[in-house]
Amino acid sequence: MGLTHSASTKQGLKDLFNVEKLKEEDCVIALAGNPNTGKSTVFNSLTGLHQHTGNWPGKTVVNSQGKYSHKDKDFIIVDLPGTYSLLASSVEEVVARDFICFGKPDVTVVVLDATCIERNLNLLLQVLEITDNVVACVNLMDEAKSKNIKIDIEGLSKELGIPVIPTTARNNVGMNNLKDTIYDLCHNKIETCPVQILYPREITEQLQILTPMLSSIFMDKINAKWLALRLLDGDDSIINSIGKFLEYDLKT
Amino acid sequence: MNLKDDVKIKEVIEKSKKFRAENNENIRDTIVESIYEKAEDITRKTVVKDTERLLSQQRIDDIITSKRTGIPIMLLMLAVVFWLTIQGANYPSEFLAKYLFWIEGKLGLFFSYIQVPLWLNNLLVLGVYRTFAWVVAVMLPPMAIFFPIFTLLEDVGYLPRVCFNLDHAFKKACCHGKQALTMCMGFGCNAAGVIACRIIESPRERLIAIVTNNFVPCNGRFPTLIALSMVFVGVSFSKTSSSIIAALMVVLLVLIGIGITLLTSYTLSKTILKGMPSSFTLELPPYRKPQIGRVLYTSIIDRTMFVLGRAVVVAVPAGAITYILSNIMVGNLSILSHAANFLAPFASAIGLDGFILIAFILGFPANEIVLPILLMAYMSKGSMIQFESIDQLRGILLNNGWTYLTLINTMLFSLLHFPCATTVWTIKKETGSIKWTILSVVMPTIIAIVICFCTTQIYRLLW
Amino acid sequence: MENLSLRLTEIALGKKVRVVELLSKGLSRQRMLDLGIVPNTIIYVLRRSPFGDPTAYLIRDTCIALRDDEAENIIVKDL
Repeated sequence: MGLTHSASTKQGLKDLFNVEKLKEEDCVIALAGNPNTGKSTVFNSLTGLHQHTGNWPGKTVVNSQGKYSHKDKDFIIVDLPGTYSLLASSVEEVVARDFICFGKPDVTVVVLDATCIERNLNLLLQVLEITDNVVACVNLMDEAKSKNIKIDIEGLSKELGIPVIPTTARNNVGMNNLKDTIYDLCHNKIETCPVQILYPREITEQLQILTPMLSSIFMDKINAKWLALRLLDGDDSIINSIGKFLEYDLKT
Repeated sequence: MNLKDDVKIKEVIEKSKKFRAENNENIRDTIVESIYEKAEDITRKTVVKDTERLLSQQRIDDIITSKRTGIPIMLLMLAVVFWLTIQGANYPSEFLAKYLFWIEGKLGLFFSYIQVPLWLNNLLVLGVYRTFAWVVAVMLPPMAIFFPIFTLLEDVGYLPRVCFNLDHAFKKACCHGKQALTMCMGFGCNAAGVIACRIIESPRERLIAIVTNNFVPCNGRFPTLIALSMVFVGVSFSKTSSSIIAALMVVLLVLIGIGITLLTSYTLSKTILKGMPSSFTLELPPYRKPQIGRVLYTSIIDRTMFVLGRAVVVAVPAGAITYILSNIMVGNLSILSHAANFLAPFASAIGLDGFILIAFILGFPANEIVLPILLMAYMSKGSMIQFESIDQLRGILLNNGWTYLTLINTMLFSLLHFPCATTVWTIKKETGSIKWTILSVVMPTIIAIVICFCTTQIYRLLW
Repeated sequence: MENLSLRLTEIALGKKVRVVELLSKGLSRQRMLDLGIVPNTIIYVLRRSPFGDPTAYLIRDTCIALRDDEAENIIVKDL
């Protein structure tokens, strides 16, 4: 079958996602989150003036990228469209999902609004089903404080199984902490153990049948359990997406 | 190679299809419910929220956007913003006018000292420089004040509330709910309003929003509307109350603009842009304390730089052209007068005159130069006047045959006519289509002409 | 007193209700799910807009405005 994951090579990233790595060792970071979470502020705070916008290939959705340096490394950060979920019912959701799944960013940062964590967890939990390399950035901490909302960051981190960084991007609070954590995750200095969503028995049983089947076809190129869920959810188009992104180099 | 043809993958797809059929295709619900159960579980353990506090903070909106107070408060806000702009702009205007026209005198002397020929001296000083000085003294202050106020309102989070208040009207007009938002963005700048239409996913509704954005007066048109309102109000009131009345006049014009937006959108969606309205979700995020200092600083500086830049690039050549056209004689009239006379019959039918039309045409690159060009055209025997006061302005207009009809129609035409060059270019970029760009230029102009024609007939009937 | 299931549009201002089921289908339903409106979710009815429609609700700590033609497809139980 010859499936390779060339989507994440330098050329693949450029052609399929319009994302440019300057050097092979650059780390690619995906920035996801609900609309209205201050995601753009986080993006601007990290990249300053080193950013530009374009389009996702073949779509009318805007693609913003920027870069920054931290310690001895360069980071390319891709600002994904703000979405409430990744269940692919809109073009933005498809774009975000495709990049996280097939673009294989080194780290995915999910920005959460500290004043409504519960709803924001919807997206975060879905992201955790696709990839393990996730950092949760709980932004708008100043707003939460003014609303008397108290968040147990450590407890949240334990529950989610990933690093959680509180920030107030507007005032540049917590950004260094975020950069450090991204750096560490990129260099495998942190082990994540993402929380799993508990599905009812009927679904779990089906997953136990389908996951190994998919695993044997795609090996570790794609999270098989997530793929099985997508199929059970009725998303047949996901197979086409896989074909498009993974067989890329067979066409050339 | 089509992955779907692979035997193993086919098997998996078959199995999942069977499962879905057995469960009435309701898997999505179950999945989302499971996700939220987990989310609730995690939140319960790690977040302590104050729901009472949350609900009490909603009281602000209960007052501002309630059934009874929602619209009055919005209108009041609009009036206050305009009043602040008018009042606030007075002092900088006077100061700038004095200073810039003092320089002008020196400039003229300097040029004659270095023996620049008189015609060139006049062209540069009385034509080019004076136009530039006019734009900076009269047009810039209102723009530099309105824009930051608008940005502050945006920062605070008031715009979604405007959407909330007006959504029903927009729904009745078959518009997308977010069009209320893009319309509001047009107050700052129509080009920005057009770009903002990207938030509307449905192409049909996005097009309607783009094409009608022009009916809301942009930053560049406000000074013209404000100046003309002040002229309209005249000397019979004290300075403060005349600002208030002028502000109310501008509010009225804005309401007319919004009304036309709704009417046009409705017509478009019943005729050439037919289709089903799509749904959207309006989130009302909590009010945020705006970073007043930062906003004021960046938007005042940004706006000032931007307008100054445009004054140089656009107003200067326009001033030069107008001066030349009004001082080169053919027969015993200037070229400009010939052109005005040519347009006069048509102009008079819609309650304007030839010079006004020419000023609007020459003002295509930037709306804020329309008034300066008009004044220069009127003074074509000589040149631009120095700006001294609204009364002086009034005098010039009266001397050139202006009536209340002319005033009203000029304001209406300014409100409704074709968008400025930047906006047209932005529309072309956003829609990628010449057809719609042409429509967005032609349609507002026709509407402006028709409305002015109607008011003219009514006025002539009554008087 | 019976525990009636009502449409969200029938609930008075200031009330707190729990979602029982969603009647909408397709994209509309998906949007409700995205906003976190699933069975057992708590909703507070906050205020109506000047024209009566849309109405603002507090759902999972966020204030969201829903038009009547969407809210009437949400069946709730008074609390």
